[in-house]
Amino acid sequence: MNNVAITGYGNTKFSTEEIPIESLMLEATKSLFDQNSNLNQKDIDAVLVATNDNSKYLASILSELAGIQPKAAHTVESLCNSGTNGIVSAYSYIASGLGNVALVVGVERRNSPGQILEWDISRGEYKHPIFWGSIFTKSHKRKFSTTEEELAIVSAKNHKNARDNPFAYSNKVYSIDELMNSKILTEDLRVSDCSRPCSGASAVLLCSEKVASKISETPVWIKGIGQKTLSAGFTKSQDFSSMTSTIEASKIAFEMAKMNAEDVDVAEIHDAFTVCELMAIEDLGLVEKGQGAQFVKTLYETEDRKINPRGGLIGAGHPLGATGIAQVIETTQQLQGKAEKRQIENARIGLIHNMSAAATSSTVLLLES
Amino acid sequence: MNIFESELKKGNFMIPECPKCNDVVWPPSDYCSHCFGKIKWRKSDGVGKILEFSKNKDAFFCLVEFEKKIRVLGTLKINSKTPKIQKKVKLESCSMNGKNYNFTLVLI
Repeated sequence: MNNVAITGYGNTKFSTEEIPIESLMLEATKSLFDQNSNLNQKDIDAVLVATNDNSKYLASILSELAGIQPKAAHTVESLCNSGTNGIVSAYSYIASGLGNVALVVGVERRNSPGQILEWDISRGEYKHPIFWGSIFTKSHKRKFSTTEEELAIVSAKNHKNARDNPFAYSNKVYSIDELMNSKILTEDLRVSDCSRPCSGASAVLLCSEKVASKISETPVWIKGIGQKTLSAGFTKSQDFSSMTSTIEASKIAFEMAKMNAEDVDVAEIHDAFTVCELMAIEDLGLVEKGQGAQFVKTLYETEDRKINPRGGLIGAGHPLGATGIAQVIETTQQLQGKAEKRQIENARIGLIHNMSAAATSSTVLLLES
Repeated sequence: MNIFESELKKGNFMIPECPKCNDVVWPPSDYCSHCFGKIKWRKSDGVGKILEFSKNKDAFFCLVEFEKKIRVLGTLKINSKTPKIQKKVKLESCSMNGKNYNFTLVLI
């Protein structure tokens, strides 16, 4: 199996504006080419577009707009973890030897049809994600005595980290008090607990070892991939204070990479809601179960950016298909020492956690410089 | 439209069951997800228990389990007392509103 590296990236700014899907994916691709002068359109064997958009044939459309004639061009969809599913598909093309260079573009418009899973009839009339977010939050509060203030700290930290992310939808910093007084959505969720749907695109280039050094002087290697899909329906979970798919995906990824949670220097976590960050860092083994809130509080107070240095989904915005790719770009920049104000000193190993539909499916990636 | 939906529209909560596995199949489907055997339908007694809940405006919404396998999010009838985990509920009514299924529950 060929080793696979990340050798390039490009981003659009995330925003709450309505922008055509084609413009978004082309802008991220142009940005990638602008930052990689050694790359030629002819080098690209596969173009994958990760999105929930209803438009068809987007990978071929992007290929035409960007002057690429790839061997493989197709869309990858898996709701909120479409992005990392696109990365895993591109990895498979390269690891198997079907191609040497793959462009993966995650893209979404603000009003994405991927926000609500119509099929999941077990949600009754409560199909909007805020309702599973409320159930997760209530359950975590019940089991671990998690407080509203602890949840607000997750949001405060991620908005604070997003201040230094030029691609975040907002760079505004909020006090814990402001967040604790934001609009109430349900008994267990405020607006400040939620990530915001955005328009945006992020692009990465994956290469085989054979060509990686020709394109980048600082390739970052994909060392571990773990994925688990337990169901599509939210109510199938056995425990609503924990994410079983994340636990299982992380085990697979750590085993593949021959690493463990203590090795992780920086982590991009899928904080769709504030409670998801606490649950994920616990389920990934980064902290003991029930210790997530205390850990995040310490990060916030010490300005340690180990978790969600670009601001997570809450701080940066959540353009569904682009999110997983943006997480990979941030981790790559951290491991290359190119994360500027967000840089974590001596970061060598990074983890990406991306999930979909109330953690019915999770992807965990481990990258190494 | 499947039997589950056509009966739900009439206010009946039907249970899909695999006679071969002697087990409930959820979500409703034409075939058993274990053996692919053809599903049979029977009416539910509508008694379930609360696994978790929260509140939306004036109404509690509850994650409820029926027959140890079927789980749905439903609305506790307005002006109900605060629910408790593991508390028994009865499905008072069910219906379809567009693509959404509506389940109304009462504490028992």
